[in-house]
Amino acid sequence: MSSDISNSGHKPDGGSAPQSAPPLSKPKFWNDPKKRSLLFQILLLTALGFVFYTIIENTLTNLEQRGMTTGFDFLSREAGFGIAMSLIDYTEASSYGMTFIVGLLNTILIAVMGIIAATILGFILGVARLSDNWLIAKFSALYIEVFRNIPLLLQIFFWYYAVLRTLPAPRQSIEFLGSFLNNRGLIVPAPVPEDGFGLVIMGFFGAIVASWFIARWSRKRQELTGQQFPVILTSIGLIVGVPLLLFLFSGLPLGLDHPELKGFNFKGGITVIPELMALWLALSIYTAAFIAETVRAGILAVSHGQTEAATALGMSKAKTLRLIVIPQAMRVVIPPLTSQYLNLTKNSSLATAIGYPDLVNVFAGTTLNQTGQAIEVIAMTMAVYLTLSLLTSFFMNWYNARIQLTER
Amino acid sequence: MKYEIQPTLPPPSSMIGVVGWLRKNLFNGPTNSVATIVVGYFLISFLVPTIQWIFIDSDWVGTSRDACTSGGACWVFIANRLDQFLYGFYPETEHWRPQLAFIIMIGSIIWLVLPQTPKKGLVAILLLVVYPIIAYFLLYGDVFGLPQVETHLWGGLTLTLVLAVVGIVASLPLGIVLALGRQSDMPIVKSVCVTFIEIWRGVPLITVLFMASVMLPLFFPEGMSFDKLLRALIGITLFQSAYMAEVIRGGLQAIPKGQYEAADALGLGYWQKMILVIMPQALKLMIPGIVNTFIALFKDTSLVLIIGLFDVLAIGQAANQDPDWIGYSTESYLFIALLFWVFCFSMSRYSQHLEKKLHTGHGNRA
Repeated sequence: MSSDISNSGHKPDGGSAPQSAPPLSKPKFWNDPKKRSLLFQILLLTALGFVFYTIIENTLTNLEQRGMTTGFDFLSREAGFGIAMSLIDYTEASSYGMTFIVGLLNTILIAVMGIIAATILGFILGVARLSDNWLIAKFSALYIEVFRNIPLLLQIFFWYYAVLRTLPAPRQSIEFLGSFLNNRGLIVPAPVPEDGFGLVIMGFFGAIVASWFIARWSRKRQELTGQQFPVILTSIGLIVGVPLLLFLFSGLPLGLDHPELKGFNFKGGITVIPELMALWLALSIYTAAFIAETVRAGILAVSHGQTEAATALGMSKAKTLRLIVIPQAMRVVIPPLTSQYLNLTKNSSLATAIGYPDLVNVFAGTTLNQTGQAIEVIAMTMAVYLTLSLLTSFFMNWYNARIQLTER
Repeated sequence: MKYEIQPTLPPPSSMIGVVGWLRKNLFNGPTNSVATIVVGYFLISFLVPTIQWIFIDSDWVGTSRDACTSGGACWVFIANRLDQFLYGFYPETEHWRPQLAFIIMIGSIIWLVLPQTPKKGLVAILLLVVYPIIAYFLLYGDVFGLPQVETHLWGGLTLTLVLAVVGIVASLPLGIVLALGRQSDMPIVKSVCVTFIEIWRGVPLITVLFMASVMLPLFFPEGMSFDKLLRALIGITLFQSAYMAEVIRGGLQAIPKGQYEAADALGLGYWQKMILVIMPQALKLMIPGIVNTFIALFKDTSLVLIIGLFDVLAIGQAANQDPDWIGYSTESYLFIALLFWVFCFSMSRYSQHLEKKLHTGHGNRA
């Protein structure tokens, strides 16, 4: 193939042909780029078709020989196994389809928890690495270099087997603030809403709506008069203050269900299983190191002239950071940040190594082993992650198009 | 009147030397002073016991857990199992084979990294093409009178390196093809490559490994069996080639359009243009990206323990279960972490150094 193409490169192709020369022979069809690319694509399609045909043919024969069924009927059959942690009602009598949903919800739970913790930790570390305090900058650099270069799975194992599993048994629990920490997990008091708590929740949402209107009004006023209004402070005050006041005035309508030691284990309260804690710790600590680097790169990407211009305009240091540096840094930070979030979500599948019941552990693990329907189960699992990442990349393309600098 | 310039006074003693450095870097202003004291306190209260546990109170020599009496880290555990950590279940009399393979690899890498050595291109091609074949025969044996060592006996750091090196070497050509395909004008070629890349990049490696170990045998005719290591390698290579393709695409896009146009104007065909003009420039830009992919792959190899291969982490897990040595898991995790860290950190330093060198170099970036 390649020699054909290189020949075409050297041929003068009529451009410099002498006038009296015999009429040009029609170029061979493989020297015509259009026809050649058509031929090449047809060949590729045929080859792909053949590969897929062979795979499907082989798979079907293999499945038949092993007496395995196909199709998605298994989703409605009874699962018959328990799951250590479930956000919705799940019993052994639930269907295999339910195991999919339970696993998916657990994956989403750990992903959201991890994203929140890793973002906070990562931003702090990223800014700290640029601090002019030598100790803080070096500490942050040390953290980043250590945790970035150690495999995540190893970190998960460390937190699970070396730290959390070596905690004392329930009877010798470490007790603090009404919570208990032992080798079965962290048991915290469960909040029990009483009459009137709905008012607090309504106040919370009302405050959010009010903040939105205030933001709109202040933007309009600033455009008209140039006067600024402390929107963010007011909003935080409203969103925290209103529910808090309502909570106090309606007579503290929230009870606590305190955990108690009964026999060998605790009754009541909410139990955070050690698998979840280990996974959460490892994912946040590991991803925070990457996010910190992203944040640092973003801040460094804002040219020094911008800060100098802001100083020349008489802006305070805090205002410069808030109005000049951060908005421009975010443009650089957000794309890699989203891909870190995606990485964290995909990495949460390592849960299966310590037995946290996420999608891969429950569905691609137990369900697959019990039903033996590898193709359907793995396809469904992969589809979940694929959908997530496609959605993210669509969002990224949209966002990039929106924030791109318009230049000449 | 005569004016004489007075000699310059030395800076005040509080601005130079140790005190000056402390004032400038640690105690400039009340906020920073408080931060320094708080962070310093936590660091000292954490680091001192840790260092004491690792180095001072620890036990280093012995043959059983009875040697661990001083209350610190029990490195005897690691020392007794060092062979397993490095070679897995590889027969003891044959340990020189992985050692030799490792030495050849490190030697050629040092050759490539040192700035003044000649013939880097030749060494790189030998390392990428000839070395894997040599290493395979060296490790697997069954030729030149070397006894055969089945792949299920491979393990430890040897297996980790095998997975990482094969993963990177095999995914490089595949990645180049995919990246070129993604940039192609042919719609079908382009969409096939984009689909392939996005599918592999969108799923976690774990599901790929599951797929390789559960589904791959179903895809091939009855009787055609793959060994577990080969299945994992196929999974890792396909997965990695998608990431590699994106790195290579980045390099291709960094080449100014003028280079493509100049090559076209000279009448070079597609492959001539790519091999003679674009790739030599782009590959140089890609090296940091490729090294970073390699680091990610190196860390990801630890996932193979989930499908039952004994890489260095799996060996550590197995060692922790040993009833004779229960309770020393922290030591083994720290040791494995150190192994991975040394490899990854030195690679990332090298890639940063390259990035700096390339950045000030020829201004290839458009």
